[in-house]
Amino acid sequence: MESIIFYVFAAIVLSSALLVVATRNLVRSIFLFFITLFSMAGLFIFALADFVAITQIVIYVGGVLVLMIFAFLLSNKQILNDPEPLKSKIIGLHHLPGIFVSLLFFGIIIWSLTLANTDQLDWIASSGENTLKPSDNTTHYIGITLMTKYLLPFEVVSVFLLMALIGAAHLARKEREI
Amino acid sequence: MIPLSHFLFISATLFCIGIYAVLSKKNAIMVLIGIEFMLNAAILNFVAFGKYDKFNASGQVFALFAIVLAAAAVAVSLAIILNVYQYYKTIDPTRINKLKD
Repeated sequence: MESIIFYVFAAIVLSSALLVVATRNLVRSIFLFFITLFSMAGLFIFALADFVAITQIVIYVGGVLVLMIFAFLLSNKQILNDPEPLKSKIIGLHHLPGIFVSLLFFGIIIWSLTLANTDQLDWIASSGENTLKPSDNTTHYIGITLMTKYLLPFEVVSVFLLMALIGAAHLARKEREI
Repeated sequence: MIPLSHFLFISATLFCIGIYAVLSKKNAIMVLIGIEFMLNAAILNFVAFGKYDKFNASGQVFALFAIVLAAAAVAVSLAIILNVYQYYKTIDPTRINKLKD
């Protein structure tokens, strides 16, 4: 039962990601991107990372997507139009290098994954007590780690977010005089 | 229990879809979405390996950092895309080919 739901989520992620890159309509592909991110959160839950899944929903689905949609629907609608009127062919010639490179990458990654034999890695096979169980409280461990071992990166990230906020607000101003 | 390698295969596929979008899309927003796909694939890898590191939770902490940095990157790059559109009247990356005025 558990694995069936996992593979359903995986199929939703991959098929909606493929549809995102295959659709010509930009608004439609942004909404499909929404579905991809939601089902990615489902996959995170199956990796027993519930806090990361909630963060994914709050930040990506609630923040990034709303930003993407509103930034373009509110500013100017011409930006959403396809720059080139679509030609009749589904896959044009100019897509072939991209397809070739991504298939090559896919082959290399799959080959190296099978060579690495990840299910029998030493530290994973010997993790024993260190493996997460579904009943564990992951937020507890994340909180402890974030406040002890990763305290400096945490503070740096907060300052970085402030910088990105100010920079984005500055760049998106309307007036042209500087 | 789902084996670790299945997570890795899914994230490899998602990463390659992202590479395809970055390489061959004629719209800067689609390129941005491709980058988000690649980041999400990396986050899935972090989380899948973080399952075997319970007490340190390093994988999940790094996934959180990656999500936050991706959100900041999206905010800044959307602002840049809006500015580029005001200047060039297009967001086709192949047609934006001047660095000076």
